[in-house]
Formats: sequence, C-alpha cells, structure tokens
Amino acid sequence: MILLWLVLIPLLGGVAAWTAAQRRPLAARWIALAAIALDFGLALLIWIGHAGRVGLASQGGWLVEFDHAWLPAFGIRFHLALDGLSLLMVLLTCFLGVMAVLASWTEIQDRVGFFHFNLLWILSGILAVFLAVDLFLFYFAWELMLVPMYFLIAIWGHEHRVYAAIKFFLFTQLSGLLMLVAILALYVVHHEVTGVYTFEYGALLHTPMPDGTAMLIMLGFFVAFAVKLPMFPLHTWLPDAHTEAPTAGSVILAGLLLKTGAYGLIRFVIPLFPHAAMSFSPIAMTLGAIGILYGAVLAFGQTDLKRLVAYTSVSHLGFVLLGIFSWNGLALQGAVLTMICHGISTGALFIIAGALQERMHTRAIDRMGGLWATVPRLSGAALFFALASLGLPGLGDFVGEFLVLLGTYQVSIALAAVAVVGILGATFYALRLVQRVFHGPNPHGWSLADLAPRELVMMGLMMASLVWLGLYPRPVIETFAPAMTHLEEVVMPVVPPEGRP
Amino acid sequence: MASVPLTDALLLAGILFVLGMAGLLARRNILLMLVSIEVMLNAAGFAFVAAGARWGQADGQAMFVFILTMAAAEVSVGLAIVLRLYRRYGQLDADLASGMKG
Amino acid sequence: MLHLLWLIPAAPFAGFVVLALAGRRLSPRGVASVGIGSIAVSAVVSLLIGAAFLSAPPAGYAWTQALWTWIDVGRFRPQIAFYLDPLSLVMTVVVTFVSLLIHVYSAEFMAGDEGYGRFFAYMNLFVASMVVLLLADNLLLLYAGWEGVGLCSYLLIGFWYRDPVNGRAARKAFIVTRVGDTAMAVGLFLLFHELGTLQIQPLMQQAAAQWGAGSPYAVAAALLLLGGAVGKSAQLPLQTWLPDAMAGPTPTSALIHAATMVTAGVYLIARTHVLFALAPVAQHTVAVIGLVTLLMAGFSALTQHDIKRVLAYSTISQIGYMFLALGVGAWAAAIFHFMTHAFFKALLFLAAGIVIEALHDEHDMFRMGGLRRELPVAFWAFVIGGSSLAGLPLVTAGFYSKDLIVWSAWSAPGGSPLLWIGAVIGVLLTAMYTFRLIFLVFFGEAHSHVERRPGLRMTVPVLTLIALSVVGGFVDTPPGLGHVTLFTRFVQHALPAVPRAASGAGGLTETSSMLIAAAAFALGLWLAFELFLRRRRSAEALTATTAGRAIHALWASDWGMDWLYDRLFVRPVVWFARVNRRDVVDLPFLGAALLTRGAWAALSRSQTGRVRWYAAAVMTGTILLVAVVLFL
Repeated sequence: MILLWLVLIPLLGGVAAWTAAQRRPLAARWIALAAIALDFGLALLIWIGHAGRVGLASQGGWLVEFDHAWLPAFGIRFHLALDGLSLLMVLLTCFLGVMAVLASWTEIQDRVGFFHFNLLWILSGILAVFLAVDLFLFYFAWELMLVPMYFLIAIWGHEHRVYAAIKFFLFTQLSGLLMLVAILALYVVHHEVTGVYTFEYGALLHTPMPDGTAMLIMLGFFVAFAVKLPMFPLHTWLPDAHTEAPTAGSVILAGLLLKTGAYGLIRFVIPLFPHAAMSFSPIAMTLGAIGILYGAVLAFGQTDLKRLVAYTSVSHLGFVLLGIFSWNGLALQGAVLTMICHGISTGALFIIAGALQERMHTRAIDRMGGLWATVPRLSGAALFFALASLGLPGLGDFVGEFLVLLGTYQVSIALAAVAVVGILGATFYALRLVQRVFHGPNPHGWSLADLAPRELVMMGLMMASLVWLGLYPRPVIETFAPAMTHLEEVVMPVVPPEGRP
Repeated sequence: MASVPLTDALLLAGILFVLGMAGLLARRNILLMLVSIEVMLNAAGFAFVAAGARWGQADGQAMFVFILTMAAAEVSVGLAIVLRLYRRYGQLDADLASGMKG
Repeated sequence: MLHLLWLIPAAPFAGFVVLALAGRRLSPRGVASVGIGSIAVSAVVSLLIGAAFLSAPPAGYAWTQALWTWIDVGRFRPQIAFYLDPLSLVMTVVVTFVSLLIHVYSAEFMAGDEGYGRFFAYMNLFVASMVVLLLADNLLLLYAGWEGVGLCSYLLIGFWYRDPVNGRAARKAFIVTRVGDTAMAVGLFLLFHELGTLQIQPLMQQAAAQWGAGSPYAVAAALLLLGGAVGKSAQLPLQTWLPDAMAGPTPTSALIHAATMVTAGVYLIARTHVLFALAPVAQHTVAVIGLVTLLMAGFSALTQHDIKRVLAYSTISQIGYMFLALGVGAWAAAIFHFMTHAFFKALLFLAAGIVIEALHDEHDMFRMGGLRRELPVAFWAFVIGGSSLAGLPLVTAGFYSKDLIVWSAWSAPGGSPLLWIGAVIGVLLTAMYTFRLIFLVFFGEAHSHVERRPGLRMTVPVLTLIALSVVGGFVDTPPGLGHVTLFTRFVQHALPAVPRAASGAGGLTETSSMLIAAAAFALGLWLAFELFLRRRRSAEALTATTAGRAIHALWASDWGMDWLYDRLFVRPVVWFARVNRRDVVDLPFLGAALLTRGAWAALSRSQTGRVRWYAAAVMTGTILLVAVVLFL
C-alpha cells in the first residue's frame, strides 16, 4: 500500500498545487515541496525499515509489493514492487524532486500552478516506472512521464523550446512505440507457449522463445531504453532538450529520465532476454565506449553552458551502458552507483547553470569569466561538482566509474583502455568549464548576487551526499547488491560461456 | 418515330459536359460557375435518359429525376454560399475566396 | 602512539574543511593559525610516531591501521587503511615537516593576498592528500591521494586565477599528469584482474609468488605504473608541465613542485619495487628515463631566464637522479636523495621567493644582480642550498645522497658504466646551472632596487632548512667518510637491501667515483664562473652563432616537446571539438526532419485555395483514371 501512496502523493499534490495556485502562487510551491518531501520521507522509512533485511531480496524477492487487479480480461494488473535497486532509484527521484522544486522557487514566475502540476506528475510517472512490475503498467508510466515533460520544456523553456520539446517528444515517443510493440510481442509469445495472457513481469521472465524472436523483441526494448539513456548515436535529442528546458526540467531530465533508460536495461532487457542481451553485449559495450569519448569531446567544444553539461551526460551514461553490458557484478554495481552519483552531480551542475542564467540572463560561456571574485560560494560549489564530474577520488562518481572500468577490464581490455581515456576527456571539459566561467579575468564586469540561503542548502545537501557516496558508499551498495548479485548469479550465467565476448 | 441513334445522343451529352466543364474552369464569376455545373449535371442526366431510351428501361428516367433533385439541392446551397461570398467580398469572383490556401 | 596515525591526514583535512567553509569569515590571523596549526599537529604526530617506531619497532617493521571498508563489491573490498613502514614513515615525516616550514613561510609571504584563506585551504588539502598517498595501504587509496595532490597542484598553480596564463599552466599540469594516471589506472585494473586484490603488501607477495621474473604481466603492470609515475614526477616524456607550473605562488612551487608531490612517482616505484624487480625490462626503462631526463633537464636549466624555471628544471633533473637510482636497484639511495632534495630544493624555492618578492615580482635573473649584500639570508640560502644541490663535497647533504646514486649507477645490480658516465655529466651540469643562477642573481652589478626584506616568519623556515641541507646527509655516509649507514639500514626494512659494493666492475672504487664526481662539480663551478661571471661576453658570443642560437632555442624550449605535443594531440582534439560543435550525428535526424518539412512545403503548395484549380484537378484525375481503366 505504501507503494501506491508513493505514486499517488505526487499525483494528488500536483492537482492540489494547480488548484491552490489560482489564489496564491506561493502556495503551489509549498504544496509541491511538501508532497515530494513526504514521498522522500516515505522512501526513507522503507529504507531504514529494511536496512537489516536486505537479505530477503537475495532470493530474488521483493521488499515491498502492491498488487491489485486492473484489467483482468487482458491479464493487466496494477502491480508495484520494490527491491534494493528500485528503492535507491525512488530515493534519488524524491531527492532530486525536492531539488527541482527548490531550484524553480524564483526562476518560474509564469503559470506557477500548472508548472508544479507538471513537475509532480513527471515525478509520479518516474516513480511508477521504477516501481511497476506489470509491463502494461510500466508502459503506461513510461508515457505518463513523457507528456508533462513535453509541456515543461515547451512552455517554460528557453529560446528554442518548441523545437527541443518536439524533438524530445518524437525521439522518446517513437522509441516508446517500439517498446510497446515489443511488449505486445512478448505478451503474444508468452500466450502461445503457456496459453495465458499476462503482462506480469515475474511470469514473463522465463518465457522460452527462439533466439531470433528473442533478439527482435529485445531490440525493441533496447532501443527505447537506449534512446532514453542516451546511447550514441541516439543521443541527439538530449543536448537540445537539456539546454532548452527550465532548470527543474534539466535536473529531472539528466538526473532521472536518463536513469529510467538504464533502469529498464537492468530490470527488463537483461532478465527477460539474457541470451539475446548477452550476444548483443559487444555492440552495446562498443557504443557505450564511443559515447564516453564522443560525449566528452563534444562537451569540450560547446559554447553554451547547459549544452556543455548536457554532453557530459552522454559521456557519463556511456559508462553506465558499458557497465551494464560488461556482464559481471563489479561493472554492474558500478553502473548503478554511477547512475546515482551522476544524477546528483549533473543535477547540481544544471542547478548552477540555471542559477547563473537567472542572474546573468545568458548561458554563453564567452560572455562569462572571472566569476569567482563576485560569486565565490557559487564558484566553489561549481568547482566541487566539476571535480565530481571528472571523477575525483573521494567523490561518488569516482567509485562508480572505477568499478565499471574494473569490471570492463575483466571482459575487454581494449574497451577499458578506451573508457579510461574518457576520464581524461572529462578532465578536459570540466577544467574548461571552471576556467572559462569562474577563473580568468572578468571582462564583462559582472557583479552578481552570491548563493541565497535556499541555494546554499541545496548545494550543501548535494555535496554532502556526493562525499558520503565517495567515502562510504557501503550502505548504498549493500542496498542494491542483493538484487545485482541475483542478476549476476542467477540470470547472467544462463548463457553458455563460449557465447561470452 | 425515327429514333435518334444513341451515339448521337451521347455525343451531344459529351459536348454539353465538356462545354460545362470548360465554363467551370474558365469562368471566374461564381454564378456562372454554378450555371456551368448545371450544364454538366444536365449533360449527365441527358446521357442517362438517352441510355434509358436505348434499353427501353425506366431506370434512366429515374436517375434523371434523382439528378434534378440533387441539382436543386446543390443550387440552393450553392446560391446561399454565393450570397455569403457576395456579402463578404462585394464581388462574385471565386478566386477571391482562397482562404484555404496551403 | 601508533594509533594516532589517522590524525596525520585527518588534521590537515579538518583544517581544509574549516577553511573552505568559514575561511572568508576568519581573520588572516585566524586563517593562518588554523592552517599552520593543523599541519603542526600532523608534523608533531608524525615525529612522535617516528620516535615510537624507532624505539619500539612493531613486528615486521610494519603496522596497519584499518579505519573502515571503503567499497565492498564481490571480491573487491579496498579499505580506508593506513600502512606504516620505514619507507612511508620517512616520507611522511619529511613531508609533514617541510610542509610545516613552508606553511609558516607562507603565512608571511601570502599576507595581504585576497585569497589568503583559499590558499591555506588548498595547501592543507594538499598535505592531507599527500599523506594519504604515502600511508595508503592499498593502491586504490593511493590513487585517491594521487589524484588529490594532482588536484591541489592544479588549484594552486592557478591560484591567481585572474591571469589566464596561470589557468593554462594549471590545466596543463593536471591534464598531463592525468595522462599518466590513465596508464596507472589500467595498471590497477590489470593487477586486480590478475591477482585479485589491490592491497599493496598482499599484492606484492602474490605477484612474487604467481609471476616469474620477466613475466609479461609483471612487465605490463610495472610499465603502466611507471606511466603514472613519470606523469606525476615530471619525467620524460611527460615532463613538460612542471616548468609551466611555476606560475603558482612560490611556496606552492617549493612544497608541491619541488619537495613533495613530484616525488610521488619515486615513492610509487619504491612502494611497488617487487613488481619492478620482477620486470627487469621495466626497471631498466626506469633507469634510462631517469638518465635521459636528468641530462635533458640539465641542459634546459642552463638556458632559462626565469629563476623559478631554472629551479623547476633542476627539480626534474634531480628526480631523474632518483629514477636512475630506482632503475639500477639502489632503492635506499633514491629515498635518501628524496629526503635531502626535499630540504635543499624547498630551501632554494623559499629563498627564490624572498628574492622575487624583494624585487617586486621580478622573475628574470638577467634583471637581478648584486643582491648578496641586500639580501644576505637569501644569498646564504642559495649558496648552501645550491651547493647541496650541486653536491659540494663533504659538507652538504646533497653530496652524500647524490654520490650514493652516482656510485650505484655503476655498482648496483642494474648499473653500468654508461649510466655512471651520464650521472657524472649530470653532476657537472648541475653545478654549472646552479652557480650560473647564483652568479647572475647575487654577483655583478645591481639592476634593481630591493623593496621588501623578509620578516621572521620567512627567515626562520629558511634558516631551519639551511641547517637541514647541511646536516641532512650525515645519516648515511660512504665507507671512506665515517661509514654511517643509519638511513640505509632503516629504509631497508621496507626495501630490498643492496650491498654497498666497495668496488664495481672495471675496478672503479667508490672513493675514486667520488673523486671524479667532485672533479665534475669543480669543473662545472669553474665553467659557470668563467661564462656567467668573469667573461659574460663569451657566453653571449657563444649563443650568438647560428648553431649556438639553435641549440639555445632548443634547450630553452624544453627540446621542443611542448611544440610537438601541441601539434600532435592538443590541436587535433580542439579542432575536432570546434568543428563538430553542432554534432555531426544529429545530421541524419535533422535530415529526416528537413525531408518532412520539404514534403510538407511541396504538398501544401498544391492547396491553392482556388475552387477552379481543385475542379481542374478533379477532372484531370478522373480523365487519368478513365484512361488507365480503358487503355491498360
């Protein structure tokens, strides 16, 4: 039942915020903040409550479950379930949700109620994506997060918002339709084998099917998730969407929407089609490695601050893709940790870019420079997150990426070497960002307001969590480890060893 | 009564139809375009009648009556539109009403 | 006592946190007391621990303090743990103590700078990272410290961030060292994959047990670690960043780019000496790199105008000596030279700081001169530190450590006459560029006016280091001169013992090697005196010839390696990034969008809005259809 509430609270909160904003816009902000904070509290309760019992999940079971008939005629159930992986994703969603609301506190002045309605509905959709274990419900949630996101970009975005919003919509929608076809195909195949129509994840898990069919259906899922991830060469919607979205939109896009792609790969593609995914993994890994380098080089060349940060996501999520398809526990757990840390560090960079844009009304790096003297706190925070992004040991991103690389090395030395060069590339763009924006002379004579208390709190929380993840990530690792170990020990070895890349 | 050969009748119908069509395409006055349409409808009706006479069946005449009623309906709607257009543009030039241009 | 080990990195780190969070609200006095106080805590603790370690050595001359498990994934579970043995102890004591002196010096040197708090925050973070690097029990933690010191180096080189030149130098330092780090990271992957752990001691034992001498794995691992070491220690081919790094404040150059951080590569190789012993090819590479670097940097130092760049090249050159010692298997000699080098090089930089500040930020030696009366402290610091650097026989610390290396280059297991000859030429070069500097700066006519003289907080550290530069060498002396072996014996609890051969192949004895090195020193001194003091014209005439000018330009530009790297690596990447700013991968998608738009435009043109046009279209269509039905 608690899972249902997790999804419902933002939905209801969204409606309440929209209604309340008719009278007082400020009320909408507080309602949104309260709703998402309440969700965060619920998720924390689950985490604390299960801290000692994660062993349960090592048998492949769920920590918490909510199952209710929905459309029984088609075998569709309203089935939510949560294991360590989804628990962490839920926590990340709520955490970044709070940040997104706070980041929009002064930025959004237009149609405040509708904005928060959309924001909360996206979050609800994302939560449902992380919780759904009925494939129809999953697809429903997948679409639910898409539409409000479109509005968020198209209404509150920057100069080219409509272009970006439509591009985002087309990419995700087309790939989502592919996934729908794949889901239906799986549904039919399962019926042919067992005579039962069901969208239930647990039932579909071990559907026997010919290799060719499995590969086709797997690709349907894979493309949908790869577009979201985003995987090279399907990444081109991302820079536009991230750049044009308002700060909260960028935070949610980078921090959460991308993670739904990675989550989908881990939750669905590998367990549902281990053979097909296994034989596909060399291609996926190669594309991941290319993405790491390509994203880094493109980030280095950008002149728009938000665009630069957007391309770093392509690079970092390349690590995630590489880690997932490296097909071993080290890399897989590293990928999950990278997902979490990237969500926080990149989200924070977008908040900083948004804060700068709010003060300077520009995102052009050429118009910035020497800001350290005028906004030392903001600059210090930016330096911190840039360092996290370039993989400084002691901060969260390093642990994740190091594990991914360590795991990749077990499989392919060449790809590990290429990906390490990607870390070097991260140095390039992160230092360029710091140099061009915060260091150097201040030729345009900027004099800006430093971080407000609200922003200080946000930055402080995000820094603290990155340091924590960097120095003592064990609680987090222990939470998702059982689910990952299950994947590693039960699902992955299904494949005969000679099929390994 | 010496019957008119069917070919002649059809030829006449064809000529009438082409005349009507040419009028429709060439005229800009919307009223005359309606007249042209009438001519074309009647050409078709004439062809039906001739064919009915050739086969000795009433179907042709029935069709003609049907076309007559349809033409009446068309003219009434058409004239109503013509009136609206005239009010709007003060002229009867059909090309003026090109608001649907892509 | 040993249980306080964690405090050595923790105290500076706590200082960093305080200064980073509240540095702007503290008074300069408060900043300095937090900054210096925290370093003092770690220096005192490390001295106490050193005393405890010496008086009651733990079992096996090693002690580990595990704090918590860092990461726990499958069989990969590195800990946050500190490992204390003679090697890490010596390094830690030297680092914390020199840091303390330099912090005290900085308190005055940086006074009045708007980034006072920021400076001490970075410096404290540096000390914390450096100590973590030294004490790390596993390679991952070592790597963390390794990256941490790299970061602080970056932050401090670019400390005066308003000048883009500094930012450029800072980024260059970080990126070039990180090139080496990527190799090192791959080395870590290899070691973990093959041996299943990154904890250094078990790793070494396992490597020795699992791999035979010359095993390709050992060679690959050693070479990859060497990649990291040459980056951090500014050795060939990654040495280009260090001269530019002098853009940072002078205390930074003294601490990071001379005394401590740049010797991290030496430490890494010494720490993983088992691997290098298993891979003779790699170890020989270390020796060759060291030799070539020490000679190339020596020649470059001869041609510099900037006083700090001379010192930078001399640092590269001296670390070359350490690499040479490591490469021939004289492990203790390398660490010995690290220690004496830390003293005299820190001293030289601090003295250079006094000169530069006295002349209002003047770096060009040719615009200095005659300063020996104006700045006596700096003068004597340079004379003693420089003598130590050049190896003035008998009375300087540098003599003893360098002599040990020179002799080892011939006599040690990996030594050869060729390496020895190179090392002796190095001695000559060192004496020459060192005294060139001293003659140019302190003798001759005065060109500029002294504006500021050092206060107590700058003088005391300099005097302390002067003392250490003299007595620091007496802990280990050659057989002919007292034969003290305190240092070697202590360090050899952690490093393989190398018997100190009395005579090497070809009948050369240590004493004769020492005499030849002393002669080389004297020759270098005489050449410097002739060329740069007595007959400065002749040096100018030498560089005026075509060949002279070309060689001068080549040496002055660090053998053109910056130019080469710029063309080979930097420009292509920057070019690609700029050309591809709009992302070529977007083109197919954009193409699809444009195609749709084009089709839309074409079709919408057919919608003219004219009734007659539609009627004609209907007619044409009908006629075509009828024709198709009839004739096809």
